[in-house]
Amino acid sequence: MSGKITINGQLIDFTDEKNILAVARNAGIDIPTLCYHPELTIVGACRLCVVEIERMGIQASCSTAPADGMVVYTNSEKVNKVRKMVLELLLANHDRECTTCDSSGACKLQKYASDYGIKRLRYPNRAQMLPLDVSSLSVVRDPNKCILCGLCVRVCKEKQGIGVWDFKNRGSRTEIVAAMDQPLSESACINCGQCIAVCPCGALTSNSSAIQEVWSAIRDPKKTVVCQIAPAPRAALGEEFDLGSVEVTGKIVSALRKVGFDKVFDTVFTADMTTIEESNEFLGRLVKGENLPLFTSCCPGWVKYAEQFHPELLNNLSSCRSPQQMFGSLLKKKYAKDLGVAPEDLFVVSIMPCTAKKYEAKRPEFMTEGSYDVDAVLTTVETARLFREAGIIFKNLEDSRFDQPMEQATGSGVLFGATGGVMESVVRYVAGKLLNAEGRVDVEFTRGMEDTKIASINVGDNKLTLAVANGLAAAEALIEKIQSGELNVHAVEIMACPGGCVGGGGQPFQNNSEHRLARAKEIYNIDSKLVLHKAQDNEDLDKIFEKYWNGCCNHETHHDLHTHYQAKKRIAGNEIVIKDGEGPEITVCLGEGCLKKGSLAIVEKLANLPVKVKGVFCLESCGEGISVKVNNEILHVTEENVIDSIKAKCGCSCGCCS
Amino acid sequence: MENKEIKFLKLQQIIDAHEGKISHLIAILQESQAEYGYLPKEVLTYIATAMGISPATVLGVATFYAQFSLIPKGKYVIRVCDGTACHVRGSEPIMMGLRKELSLSADKPTSDDLMFTLETVSCLGACGLAPVVVADEEVHGQMTPDGILEVVKKLASAASEN
Repeated sequence: MSGKITINGQLIDFTDEKNILAVARNAGIDIPTLCYHPELTIVGACRLCVVEIERMGIQASCSTAPADGMVVYTNSEKVNKVRKMVLELLLANHDRECTTCDSSGACKLQKYASDYGIKRLRYPNRAQMLPLDVSSLSVVRDPNKCILCGLCVRVCKEKQGIGVWDFKNRGSRTEIVAAMDQPLSESACINCGQCIAVCPCGALTSNSSAIQEVWSAIRDPKKTVVCQIAPAPRAALGEEFDLGSVEVTGKIVSALRKVGFDKVFDTVFTADMTTIEESNEFLGRLVKGENLPLFTSCCPGWVKYAEQFHPELLNNLSSCRSPQQMFGSLLKKKYAKDLGVAPEDLFVVSIMPCTAKKYEAKRPEFMTEGSYDVDAVLTTVETARLFREAGIIFKNLEDSRFDQPMEQATGSGVLFGATGGVMESVVRYVAGKLLNAEGRVDVEFTRGMEDTKIASINVGDNKLTLAVANGLAAAEALIEKIQSGELNVHAVEIMACPGGCVGGGGQPFQNNSEHRLARAKEIYNIDSKLVLHKAQDNEDLDKIFEKYWNGCCNHETHHDLHTHYQAKKRIAGNEIVIKDGEGPEITVCLGEGCLKKGSLAIVEKLANLPVKVKGVFCLESCGEGISVKVNNEILHVTEENVIDSIKAKCGCSCGCCS
Repeated sequence: MENKEIKFLKLQQIIDAHEGKISHLIAILQESQAEYGYLPKEVLTYIATAMGISPATVLGVATFYAQFSLIPKGKYVIRVCDGTACHVRGSEPIMMGLRKELSLSADKPTSDDLMFTLETVSCLGACGLAPVVVADEEVHGQMTPDGILEVVKKLASAASEN
């Protein structure tokens, strides 16, 4: 449909815009919105986008389609009166402790209250204060600030396909909670922080306790404090200081030195390391023809998702640790010895665009002699706060360089910051290694913000099909295609956040497609400005591989730079007694995978015996057959052999099963 | 052994009868509640897991509708109408009398022996009979504080006879 509508006396053409809001914004007329997001479904909950339409009265512009001849006013007396009223009502349900709020200055509600001159509220504040959910390492939920716009619910459902959040109750008792009202840490949350990125009013913020930990470490004379900076923050941190999405790597390094870091390194260095280890892993799998397609494993959100929803794919995930954890391992296991400090006295901080990296850093498998390989993770936004607290005038800083002996970085490593970057790095490496390609090999298909990109390339006589997905809903659709046999691919890159790391949950507000695009563009700019573009051209990296591990891709690097994955349950909960009995206790897995394989039939079979039958929503041992726990040992059984298998393990003499 | 005694088996039958369709979630919850008397969290988690939907969504639906209860309800549910007509005709003394008799309060709607649950409703649409009380699905019009206690006694003795 197309036509003309009049907005504020101005005649405007529209074509395929779905709502008046989009028509107005395209014409440069702003309308305030809280619950609207152009990439998510429209619910019209906040009522802030109201406009006055002749013969239709006051309508929400987000959910009203334009029609030819419509006459619309976006700022009439009536409209502004309604908007002020809406704001007053929203603010009455919002804890207005702006001075202590992490989102102060990046809060749409605060901005609109100021824009519309709300000076005094006619309504008292909500009487009851609800407890905060601080259980997650990544996300803090403050229900007292929530205005129930539902963006977090929609982004998690529609972009990530998980649906961690949903409304509970209704009317004045409505609240947004995680599954079964349990703490967020006990849900299927993958910590990506996209809910933080869309929250307009500070109800969801990153868990910023790391800032204080960093200060404590810096002020502790016993600690040597080192830092690594991921690719994506260098194209976004400038936004926090009004510089826009331009590269500020040198300034970040200077600022970190001023804050008091002893050494400043570049995560791009270990991104190159990842490229080399992962590419060789990929080539090895191609030769053997096993565990294909290879899925990347740099994104901790995707890794947790795979562990919870796709245990059958865990052997396909690259065993490489993410660049953050490779650097952590390198620093704690090797570099600390060079410096002559104990691993616990080397405090490793990483600056990440990501809230899930906070969770990754605390995974028990990433430890050295009892201390975490990465001690604290700061998001881009938290890093800016650290600089402000230190009184640093970021704009005026001179550029500074990374520390030796891991200074060199290639453009290919920088690309990790945008969706498709890991794939492009691998292609460059392989092109260099197998085809002796020199200089920069640009891979066009991997670039751009589309959520799924698939292409085939020729390497010698072989044709390789590669796929890139960002956003886990898109990834899930891709996985379905691969598993159904509709699509045959050799390698898949998956990043949980839309646009890849540049759109991470720890990046500055506004974290929308416009900003993600600008940051990605800068990532490619940085690559083109650098001298080196392929991981194997990084000479510092060669030396480090040689010095610490006698080369790359060997048994020793496998020990220090690779990891393993473990199926994880999606919801915490105790074992549930299904049937009481005097005999031994048997727990049957009721997770989705085992249920589909028929674990309920096993429950029925066991219930006829005088044993105690329990159920649990996943025994975290997904494999062949159905998981059953007897005597603290997990067996994988079928309906046919369950009794015999249990008999062999049970060891009791009650004879109930004979 | 009866299916009913084994948790989740009946639940799976309910889900299967609806072919696991997400659009049937409310009906599935209704039938599950009829089976268990209320909707325990493990039942909601099971429904979510078996149907492949987010547990938060199932909780959202189960808490949105007043017909669903996540806590155990008594054998007999007594609903006192507190709509405008019933209110002015004296629903409050009825409520007070019931609470006193059954040792209940606004925060504790169910008796310890799981016999009675006391609820208020905003209107039953039977204003001509105000004040109205529905006890165990039976409508009692023009109720009085003494009259409802008789009803309660009858229900209690009926329960003890069974």
